[in-house]
Amino acid sequence: MSLNNLDQLYRTVIMDHYKNPRNRGVVAGDAVTIDMNNPTCGDRIQLQLQVEDGTVKDAKFDGEGCSISMSSASMMTQAVKGKKVSEVLEMSHQFSDMMLGKELDTDELEFGDIEALQGVSKFPARIKCATLAWKAMEKGVREE
Amino acid sequence: MDINAIRQMFPILDQEVNGHPLVYLDSSATSQKPIQVIEAVNDYYRQDNSNVHRGVHTLGTRATDKYEGAREKVRQFINASSVAEVIFTRGTTTSINTVAYSYARANLVAGDEIVITPMEHHSNIIPWQQAAKSTGATLKYIPLQDDGTISLEDVRQTITEKTKIVAITHMSNVLGTINPVKEIAAIAHANGAVILIDGAQGAPHMTVDVQELDCDFYAFSGHKMCAPTGIGVLYGKKELLEHMEPVEFGGEMIDFVNLYDSTWKELPWKFEGGTPIIAGAIGLGAAIDFLNEVGMDNILEHDKKLAHYAMERLSEIDGITIYGPEDRGALVTFNLDDVHPHDTATVLDAEGIAVRAGHHCAQPLMKWLDVTATARASFYLYNTEEDIDRFVAGLLKTKEYFGNVFK
Repeated sequence: MSLNNLDQLYRTVIMDHYKNPRNRGVVAGDAVTIDMNNPTCGDRIQLQLQVEDGTVKDAKFDGEGCSISMSSASMMTQAVKGKKVSEVLEMSHQFSDMMLGKELDTDELEFGDIEALQGVSKFPARIKCATLAWKAMEKGVREE
Repeated sequence: MDINAIRQMFPILDQEVNGHPLVYLDSSATSQKPIQVIEAVNDYYRQDNSNVHRGVHTLGTRATDKYEGAREKVRQFINASSVAEVIFTRGTTTSINTVAYSYARANLVAGDEIVITPMEHHSNIIPWQQAAKSTGATLKYIPLQDDGTISLEDVRQTITEKTKIVAITHMSNVLGTINPVKEIAAIAHANGAVILIDGAQGAPHMTVDVQELDCDFYAFSGHKMCAPTGIGVLYGKKELLEHMEPVEFGGEMIDFVNLYDSTWKELPWKFEGGTPIIAGAIGLGAAIDFLNEVGMDNILEHDKKLAHYAMERLSEIDGITIYGPEDRGALVTFNLDDVHPHDTATVLDAEGIAVRAGHHCAQPLMKWLDVTATARASFYLYNTEEDIDRFVAGLLKTKEYFGNVFK
């Protein structure tokens, strides 16, 4: 593998989310807060979700971690906003499948920039970085 | 020390990773194994495999002789006065937990103190937190100096007559600090405390003489010193071990078993309940033979030279932070500005260079350093200056790569 292969992992759009994270901060108003960390590497995320009438109204995050974990959190918060709980759970399921090398089904659901993370599946050691934010989101909507 | 001849003995080093010759810089996590160790384990399973200390058949005798022979090799390696003081365990973690369960819980009462440092590995923190909780003892920390060393003045201030146990690492797995454990042992003893030394990083890299250190317990793992995983050692002074109860009960460790009560075998077997780690112990014996042949003093000198060379080369890189003191063991922990250590490790891996990234099982120390994670390159007897040159070149590429994607 040469450094060029790394471009599969560190796509420009990923680095853009890392450098300019979307939805970083706290939700104004009532929200469920989920703290999650990756004990093997020290990445941590605090995710806030505002769910009303079965729909994710707002999602914000804060945290510390590598480019993959933080960009994934940024993309996830963008993608789940305005979607039904049933839809975001399906997206999370599909995201896990994408980490195993499967394609996303973008016909039904709008994934936004998330497809850019497909390359992570080729780097098994980094999959848990990408899934951290999604695990936090799943936990949050299930708690609601 | 003929480094090329040594490298030939490690078959794993002769491979390409991601299209580049492997540079293995993660020996503090686990070392690679020389052919002598691989063959010793292989030979045991091919020719001698049998349970030990039972049966009168020939294989049983051979297995027992090899297993107990390995114990004698460990005894000599750390200069214990008797094989009764050498207990085989699963590794450093089990060794420390054995003392925390068997010694600490029996000897500590509310108001007593356990003294450790913030540079300890989780395995030399949590057993003491748990022992403190269950006995009412207080856990105290010797503070660190700014450069990640500890001063004997602070040791004297922290250890008091209430202190019953001092537990400290011989060498930090993050900072590379080599602690003055002999002097600390003397201070502990002057206050009536016992001292346990976590030798996970010490035993692989330097000559350990438990009598000269005058430590009460010394814990280490085989896998960081060229032996297989799953074997480790707890050294303890005989007079202490004799008064300690076993932690695991079952076969192998008993003398007489009656319906309602039993008695224990003598040392060291009373601490080795169940079928022991026979192949692992034999592998550890072979690793000790190998290390002795190279010479522990030569290994320390080689490792320190590599650490010094790495520090020198790394300091040429703009935007690098190196953690820990100037004088150090065989590792360098660092961060590159604006690049998360996971990302650093991934780019290096693409170049065939294996380093560790994360908190290194030392979260309190990460907090002290005010970072969430770091990258670490660690060296052993098979590493060369060329490995470090490749590593430095890899870091420059990492910087360049992330510089470009950030543009």
